[in-house]
Amino acid sequence: MPSLPDMNTPDVAELAREAAAHSHATEIPTPDAGQDAFFEVLLRLGDATLILGHRVSEWCGHSPALEEDIALANVALDLIGQTQMWLGLAGEVEGKGRSADDLAYLRDAWDFRNLLLVERPNGDFGHTLMRQFLFDAWHFELLKALQGSSDPRVAEIAAKAAKEVAYHLERSSDLVIRLGDGTGESRRRMQDALDALWAYTGEMFLADEKDVAVAAAGIAPNPRDLEAAWDATVRDVLTEATLAIPESGFAHKGGKRGVHTEHLGYILAEMQFLQRAYPGASW
Amino acid sequence: MTTATHPSTAEVWDWLSHVPDPEIPVISLTDLGIVRDVAWDGDTLVVTVTPTYSGCPATAIINLDIEKALREKGVSNLKLKRQISPPWTTDWISEGGREKLRAYGIAPPIDGTAADGRLIGRVNRMTGGNLTVACPRCGSAHTTKVSQFGSTPCKASYRCDDCLEPFDYFKCI
Repeated sequence: MPSLPDMNTPDVAELAREAAAHSHATEIPTPDAGQDAFFEVLLRLGDATLILGHRVSEWCGHSPALEEDIALANVALDLIGQTQMWLGLAGEVEGKGRSADDLAYLRDAWDFRNLLLVERPNGDFGHTLMRQFLFDAWHFELLKALQGSSDPRVAEIAAKAAKEVAYHLERSSDLVIRLGDGTGESRRRMQDALDALWAYTGEMFLADEKDVAVAAAGIAPNPRDLEAAWDATVRDVLTEATLAIPESGFAHKGGKRGVHTEHLGYILAEMQFLQRAYPGASW
Repeated sequence: MTTATHPSTAEVWDWLSHVPDPEIPVISLTDLGIVRDVAWDGDTLVVTVTPTYSGCPATAIINLDIEKALREKGVSNLKLKRQISPPWTTDWISEGGREKLRAYGIAPPIDGTAADGRLIGRVNRMTGGNLTVACPRCGSAHTTKVSQFGSTPCKASYRCDDCLEPFDYFKCI
């Protein structure tokens, strides 16, 4: 039986070098910096819908009522469908022959660009719905803006997804109101969820140089420009839900740069199990 | 196959009108309005299909069914194209398709009410709503939405408050 190598064996040093090379995607020469930023922003879109879709799908067979089980699975399905389009386009823009499946199944955590919000554990049903609502309100505004993209491929995908997301927002805002303005128990759980998740919403509106470059090309909105409309929807719904909006402006961040919480690793271990155990498997 | 012996596109449309939707087999793919174009590109028949929902799991089956049906009719060079724009809405469902849905027990989408990205129901909920879904069994307008989603992503679950029949509503999107 092979023993675990200690830190001084040359093999480990070699592995570390390889890992370091892999984690610095910028070292791979890219033909055009603009395309690189576009690829990055597409990953942020597709990874957000992929990871949230996977998270929500974890409810399948576990929801408090059959209708909710079906509804959550359907929302997850919409998100995965949108992922296929976003990551498919990302692969096309990258120009290295990677498919949507390659990007979903053959990258590790540091190459994922999703918001930290979507990798948060499901918690209870109220927690899941609160996360969904905070995300949907942002996703809705984002897709509205992306329909006016200077890149027709982006505009087409956004138009397709926007109709689905209008339904998601409709459903999640409805349930947040019903559970917030519900029993003492349901209100307490929704307030706990809001307090726990609020610090993960700020990342949605942070813009780095890639966001700015892509916004300047008219491909996608500057994330900052989505905040006012998101804030209006969220305050409107949370007020109707009788919930207290947290005052702290502190925001956890890092997901968009590939710096994730430990939760993403567990998601990927499950989601990518088949490709890790049987590389290249298909059917 | 030479150009002269191609089946006409009208003939191909007719064949496709007999290919059932895999999830709701009472309506055909053309009733559903997801076949966007049929055209010959030299010796290759190009069929353009649009998905209903972006994550619709039936998409692969639909492509397979189209391929199978057309190969059975002797089409050997076939290309299936996916087109997402303009996006499919329930307004693409044919009049005949709506009737078939109703007869099958699925309330068809209300014509011309496809979502345009507005927050449809928030307004309805606050005003009491003026959109009623009639029971496909007894025709009563006294119905209640049980869940926004039903047995497939394209449907919502309703219940008739008069005859108590639970039914699917092919929701407008």
